[in-house]
Amino acid sequence: MALDYSKKVMDHFMNPRNVGEIENADGVGEAGNPKCGDIMKIYLKVNPDTKVIEDVKFKTFGCASAIASSSMATELIKGRTINEAWDLTNSAVAEALDGLPPIKMHCSVLAEEAIHTALNDYRKKNGMKEIPMEHHED
Amino acid sequence: MFVYLDHTATTPTSPEVLQAMTPYFGEIFGNPSSVYSFSKKSREAISKARQQVANALNANSDEIYFTGSGTEADNWALKGTLEKGKIAGKNHIITTAIEHHAILHTCEYLKKVEGAEVTYLPVDSEGFVSVDDVRKAITDKTALVSVMFANNEVGTIEPVAEIGALCREMKIPFHTDAVQAAAHLKIDVKAMNIDMLSMSAHKMYGPKGVGALYMRKGLRPENFVHGGAQEHGRRASTENIAGIVGFGAAMEILQTRLADDAAINSARRDRLIAGILERIPHAKLNGATGNHRLPNNINFSFIGVEGETLLLDLDAKGISASTGSACSSESLDPSHVLLALGLKHEMAHGSLRFTIGRLTDDSQIDYVLDVLPEIVARRRAMSPLWEDYMKSQEGK
Repeated sequence: MALDYSKKVMDHFMNPRNVGEIENADGVGEAGNPKCGDIMKIYLKVNPDTKVIEDVKFKTFGCASAIASSSMATELIKGRTINEAWDLTNSAVAEALDGLPPIKMHCSVLAEEAIHTALNDYRKKNGMKEIPMEHHED
Repeated sequence: MFVYLDHTATTPTSPEVLQAMTPYFGEIFGNPSSVYSFSKKSREAISKARQQVANALNANSDEIYFTGSGTEADNWALKGTLEKGKIAGKNHIITTAIEHHAILHTCEYLKKVEGAEVTYLPVDSEGFVSVDDVRKAITDKTALVSVMFANNEVGTIEPVAEIGALCREMKIPFHTDAVQAAAHLKIDVKAMNIDMLSMSAHKMYGPKGVGALYMRKGLRPENFVHGGAQEHGRRASTENIAGIVGFGAAMEILQTRLADDAAINSARRDRLIAGILERIPHAKLNGATGNHRLPNNINFSFIGVEGETLLLDLDAKGISASTGSACSSESLDPSHVLLALGLKHEMAHGSLRFTIGRLTDDSQIDYVLDVLPEIVARRRAMSPLWEDYMKSQEGK
């Protein structure tokens, strides 16, 4: 199926921001599985005092919209507190990309899930209560 | 830079073919069904095209029926034969897991609406159907065997002549979808014992919107398109004269260059395959090799990368290719063909197909070999799957 992506999706796909890993990351989260063709891994560096996400990196296996969603999502949570980051919804990621084709919306869901998983990993490591995750079926 | 490496998707109508077609859009517009002498020119044009197609297949011209597409030819062969078979209590179809959707979705329809039973034969890791499996699947209820001549995704050429001989011996109609094969291989329906064969003009430098079904004389599947008495009363619709003329011309031209094209294409194919294997680590060729593979097909999986990303990266470099990734379909499942070959989901998602043809030259092969390794490496570098894979390879 031919997909017409927005310019923003193509930009974030061709020149993804925040690609890579963070050594000794404060929180790491992964979402998706190889079977459905998307895996997203998020690394967080969090300021212990301010709880601000000072750095975030990602690695993603998946289609263009999965890579663009990862790139955009990391941009949106960088410099935010962990609580602010938790509130980032998949639709906000999709909107920031000027929309995703309907069949690709699950890519933005994956970004939200990967971030939530990474945030919970951080909370667990720092003795905070994990926040129950809504489970998305896709 | 425009490097078109998707000749299996479609081909441009060649200038000679277009020239042959042109009069039939305007000047010679008569309805072949009309009585007056002007329409005779239209009838003659169709007869000539029918003969051209028949000659290429070693068939008789009254065994060629023009359709609106290869898909329609497949639909007709399957639905018409099953409906006919049901009258004699035969409701079983044998086909394969790697057919085009024109066959698979028609079979699903026949299961649902006609209560057909369908056996989907497996294939081996290179995509070959076993003749023995066909033999074992045949029952006294079998109405039709349909096995594609060559696979569109991985290019594997099936043992059609052997299956044809078996079906003839068992007196079961044998249909083959030759939409890809007819553009590259010499087909002799008599020697290969083929009862029905589907083709499409736009895969062989003819126009889109015209296909054909070869039906051996004596076979009478039910009609599929009902209406007027066109195509010997078996396929209604005012004839697409220009399209049919184009199909005939394309088929005739193709026969004159079939052997030369196959030699040139397979040399380029093998150079591209060898070059990719040499330059890109952990690249897996999907499908068969040598004479068992369509001369124009190259299909690889690159572990750790998803196919659509490769297509877009290649597109940015001016290269048009294709993938079996889910992202090229409407479902989230990757290619049923690659899964049937036994590929893991992530490998099927990471497939890339190049199909060469008349628009290809040697410098384009060099260009692909030049840009592809970097594209794959860059996407792998951002892939967690590649990272895991490399870790799993350590110490191996």
